[in-house]
Amino acid sequence: MKKITSLLIALVMLVSSVGAMAGCDNEEASAVSPLEPQERLRVATTTSLYDTGLWGYLEPMFEEEYDVELDIIYAGTGAALEYGRRGDVDVITVHDKARELQFIADGDGIERVPFAYNYYLIVGPEADPAGIAGMSPEEAFTVLMTTGSGQFVSRGDESGTHGMEKRIWANAGYEYTAVQEAGDWYIEAGKGMGPTLLMASEKQAYTLTDVGTYLSYKGDLDLVPIVDEGDVLLNVYSAIAINPELHSDTRSEMADNLINFLTSPDIQELIGEYGVEEYGLQLFIPCAGAEPGA
Amino acid sequence: MNEIWQGFLKAVELIISLDPEVMEIAGRSLRISVTSALLASTICIPLGSTIHFYNFRGKRILINLIQTFFSVPTVCIGLFVFVIFSRAGPLGELNILFTPTAMVIGQMILITPVLLGLTISALSGVDKAISDTARSLGASNLQTMLAIIREARYAMMATVIMGFGRAISEVGCALMVGGNIRGFTRIITTAISLETSKGELELSIALGIILLTLALIINTILNRIQQR
Repeated sequence: MKKITSLLIALVMLVSSVGAMAGCDNEEASAVSPLEPQERLRVATTTSLYDTGLWGYLEPMFEEEYDVELDIIYAGTGAALEYGRRGDVDVITVHDKARELQFIADGDGIERVPFAYNYYLIVGPEADPAGIAGMSPEEAFTVLMTTGSGQFVSRGDESGTHGMEKRIWANAGYEYTAVQEAGDWYIEAGKGMGPTLLMASEKQAYTLTDVGTYLSYKGDLDLVPIVDEGDVLLNVYSAIAINPELHSDTRSEMADNLINFLTSPDIQELIGEYGVEEYGLQLFIPCAGAEPGA
Repeated sequence: MNEIWQGFLKAVELIISLDPEVMEIAGRSLRISVTSALLASTICIPLGSTIHFYNFRGKRILINLIQTFFSVPTVCIGLFVFVIFSRAGPLGELNILFTPTAMVIGQMILITPVLLGLTISALSGVDKAISDTARSLGASNLQTMLAIIREARYAMMATVIMGFGRAISEVGCALMVGGNIRGFTRIITTAISLETSKGELELSIALGIILLTLALIINTILNRIQQR
């Protein structure tokens, strides 16, 4: 009896310490280093930059070049903006121009630096019950609203994608509250992009998604592109450094390094090439600090 | 159904190959939950005993309150801890948000009601004859209390097991105060949450199985101690 207990305790300690060692080349060692604790830069990112794997790809490059630990916190645009307002992160990378400009106007961020863009699209069942394939986004939404012949799953979570959806409704001339009340065909998921796509696939419904998450989603989706042409569907990712005057702990120098890194020619090229081999098209189009399509 | 079987196979594969990222988050899950369970137990078992043994005004209301907090959602605790340790919050200067330390604190707060409530419950279950016997043999107050605690040790150990279980299985608090940062605050439950949102269902199932395996090992150890 005693032997087995000791064996199990040894096993548990082994797993705990192997776990610590496996993470040793990362943050753990530096956290207990007797030397100056390694600098950590916190970034709150919108989910599509993360789910596509772009951050995972760029993170080690940045960490190596600037000898800093990058903490990437996965949030929706709404949550990322809130973290930024509270000073819990040093940089945010989001994709909702209107709210970004408001963020800066409120004094929470310094400057909006676009660094990549791609497109949104409406995906849906191959059968296309509402017959909206090939229409403009506003027309498609109008058909959905007036006929209720297809279900639509909304992010419903104040994310950048949700903001884009609301903008399309507004362009089509509808009050968003009216849309929310419109009927059972309009489903507010309150979830991230991945789970929203899964729900749409399960229900054979339409949904608005960014091209990156749609292509890189590892689960099985029974959805095809339905509407992918429209000026409004432009999806611009920007990085904003948090205003150090509001929160004295903000690592503004390293934040600037990150923004310079993202807009540097080498990294811009890598961003442009990301995913091309695997998916056959660009997931992100670099735009180095300039507003695309302006 | 197929995904569950595939998930099981993937779990076996990850364990046998000692996949470094999985080992890392498993180790972190264990460290954080064992730490929070141990620290909370050392505080709550004496505290719970004190509440049980002494009579005071509002004792019944206090116990009622403790039991009410058995039902507190983990995400609410997460929100509470987040707001306190956020830079914009009162203890923001400590700079422990999005670190494992905050996760340990969060889990400790989370399991405190359970540990307190079940300690009180365990002691209440002890036959009155024990304290009568102890006193008749000349035991002091302290000695009597210790005798009763000894008598309840099986149920006390169940309390600790319960506390650990609630700590290692929770997602809401760890996600909010830890931030699920890869290589720093990601634990099994938050990893499951992330992988599910990316569509990696088999990996999520595999991680769930690994977590249960860890819990099985811990519980086996605690059970053997309990049997003594």
